[in-house]
Amino acid sequence: MNTGQKIVIDPVTRVEGHGRITVHLDENHHVEEARLHIVEFRGFEKFVHGRPYWEVPVLVQRLCGICPVSHHLAGAKAIDEIVGISPGSDHTLTPTAEKMRRLMHYGQVFQSHVLHFFYLCSPDLLFGIDGEVESRNIVGVAMAEPELAKKAILMRKFGQEIIRATAGKKVHGISAVPGGIHKTLSAEERDYFLNGKEIPAIDTMIDWALEGLDFFKSFHRDNREWLDGYAAVPSSHMGMVRKDGALDLYHGDLKVVDAEGTLLQTFDYHDYLNELGEETKSWSYMKFPYLRSLGRQDGWYRVGPLPRLNVCEFLPSPLAQKEFEAFRAYTGGRANNMSMHYHWARLIEVVHAAEVIRDLLADPDLQKDNLIARGTAAGEGIGVVEAPRGTLFHHYKVDDAGRINFCNLIVSTTNNNTAMNRAVAAAAEDLMEGVPEVTEAMTNGVEVVLRAYDPCLSCATHAVGQMPLRIELYDAGGTLRDVRVR
Amino acid sequence: MADEVTFFIDGRPCTAAAGDNLVEAAADNGVYIPTLCHYKGHKPLGTCRVCMVRVDGREAAACTFGVRDGMRVDVDAPELADARKALIELLFVERNHFCPACEKSGRCDLQAVAYHMHLTVPRFPYRYVPFTVENFAGKLLIDHNRCILCGRCEEFVRRGDSKVFAMKQRSSEARITVDLALLAEMSANEIAHAVHVCPVGAILAPGQGFDTPIGRRKYDTHRIGEITDGRD
Ligand code: SF4
Repeated sequence: MNTGQKIVIDPVTRVEGHGRITVHLDENHHVEEARLHIVEFRGFEKFVHGRPYWEVPVLVQRLCGICPVSHHLAGAKAIDEIVGISPGSDHTLTPTAEKMRRLMHYGQVFQSHVLHFFYLCSPDLLFGIDGEVESRNIVGVAMAEPELAKKAILMRKFGQEIIRATAGKKVHGISAVPGGIHKTLSAEERDYFLNGKEIPAIDTMIDWALEGLDFFKSFHRDNREWLDGYAAVPSSHMGMVRKDGALDLYHGDLKVVDAEGTLLQTFDYHDYLNELGEETKSWSYMKFPYLRSLGRQDGWYRVGPLPRLNVCEFLPSPLAQKEFEAFRAYTGGRANNMSMHYHWARLIEVVHAAEVIRDLLADPDLQKDNLIARGTAAGEGIGVVEAPRGTLFHHYKVDDAGRINFCNLIVSTTNNNTAMNRAVAAAAEDLMEGVPEVTEAMTNGVEVVLRAYDPCLSCATHAVGQMPLRIELYDAGGTLRDVRVR
Repeated sequence: MADEVTFFIDGRPCTAAAGDNLVEAAADNGVYIPTLCHYKGHKPLGTCRVCMVRVDGREAAACTFGVRDGMRVDVDAPELADARKALIELLFVERNHFCPACEKSGRCDLQAVAYHMHLTVPRFPYRYVPFTVENFAGKLLIDHNRCILCGRCEEFVRRGDSKVFAMKQRSSEARITVDLALLAEMSANEIAHAVHVCPVGAILAPGQGFDTPIGRRKYDTHRIGEITDGRD
């Protein structure tokens, strides 16, 4: 008799968007294969066809309700090039425009990382992956650790207020326009973040960011084996660095290191089509990018906070730099491949983002009024930023009338596609091997590792909280054997 | 100066000069009658019908009426409000109005009127007909997705006596087009005027838009019904 099983976890909860995991077990309940299926299709590359280029930064941010700023800015950087503005060329953004965009971007990274760690991930750490489903959410965190939850909520609010002040709205604001920005930060808007009257001040944010990091580090001390070993997977790592090797989330070159941390290549992101290939698979709408130099089989890589800290040489802010040194020392200076350490890296970036925000708020350029620059128009533009979840590519071409006739997007989560599939397989092997049933802890365990990547599966907004979870078991013949719904 | 007369809106006595345009006279008396095609101080077009009211017992487009002594006008009646709302909904389903990426968002009359009417979802099915963004000699673009065929550009954008814009074909095939010879002579200011005349985001100047921060756009600071003196 053939008793092979197929386990379906659909939808995956507490990630942004909607995905589905299937775990295929053989007759002996060994994991045969695990796949992350991306079944949503957003179609933005098609939507923008025929639209005037100056609409792009506004249109494409609707890809996502969690990190619209990233799409807004990657789109704006690409469109800058269409009006002849490119960093490092003779025609660059004005200092005010670039700094306003940077402030918006680091505000976005700050709020998104806080959302992810405290709202989505901390329930797993506080209550364990086999904890009560009812408690494993931000409400449960608020009940168990009210101070932590309160700070998390205020930190997220702070980041969102930075976005509102720089882009006009907390979600789907607009201010990056071709070749610049259309607003400055008034002295009153700046003081709102400094005086601590209506919201806690930026210095408090830095303190709380360090407390959040301490929360993780103490958890790490007590759960070293699990956090270090769980779904760890050696991989290449890619991220953006400044010319001097510093972490830069807004602009720089792309650097790739191997699983040991040895430099594989550094390239100008304008060459991404030569350096990266994209493979498609019939069972997923999400493409599988790879480094051409290593080929389809071995060229997969990871992006996001962990890879960023693996590729950069230093963090250009003192408190985060100190934490970065400890993070690097933990692996003896080699690349860190421990998937759960994404959270550690993410929290170091929270500290870094807060320090960058503090420095930008003190910069008088934000109150100046030289906002828009123009160069020689071009028919094509490429914009890349490090979004909270990793490297984000936007590439456009326009016709004579300025209408988009080519668009290619590689969103952060797509870069991690192979890595997430491998991590899910590794976690499934750890938790499901030889067990004939699907337990709550097992299904959540697979999700826990997926969540480390903070995937934005549809680049769409979903409410935080309990979503229906459906687990189906099929035998090898495809017959539904069992259904688990929560 | 014409004689001042008394007329009634929803039973309330109002005053205006005899023959004043009813939409403008109502505004002067603090009553907002929604409209899209009416351009303040200019001759009425009567194309959009969104200003539908009841004049002395008969449904009519308010913009096409001059005030008469003793005239009785119903504006607020629920069935009239619903009919006006239905007209707005029909415009939304007819073509493709995607406000989030439109450069006129925040200063678009169609969007503002829809907000004023608390329109959430149209009662009619969307037609989803694909329209194009048409290029006119690199000087001006028309996004036919957004055009509501109000005729304002046709009537109120001129070089001398000549019309720059014209409506071609009819019914669902109707499209606004541009006289290229006249367009070639138009200055940037004249093009900006055309963009301004359009109540929606259908007329676009290349490379321009999104220049006003959120919070400072026309209808961020005032609701459309409140701008009774500056309606254009
Ligand atoms: S282009 Fe604008 S002004 Fe002209 S008819 Fe269409 S909506 Fe009216």
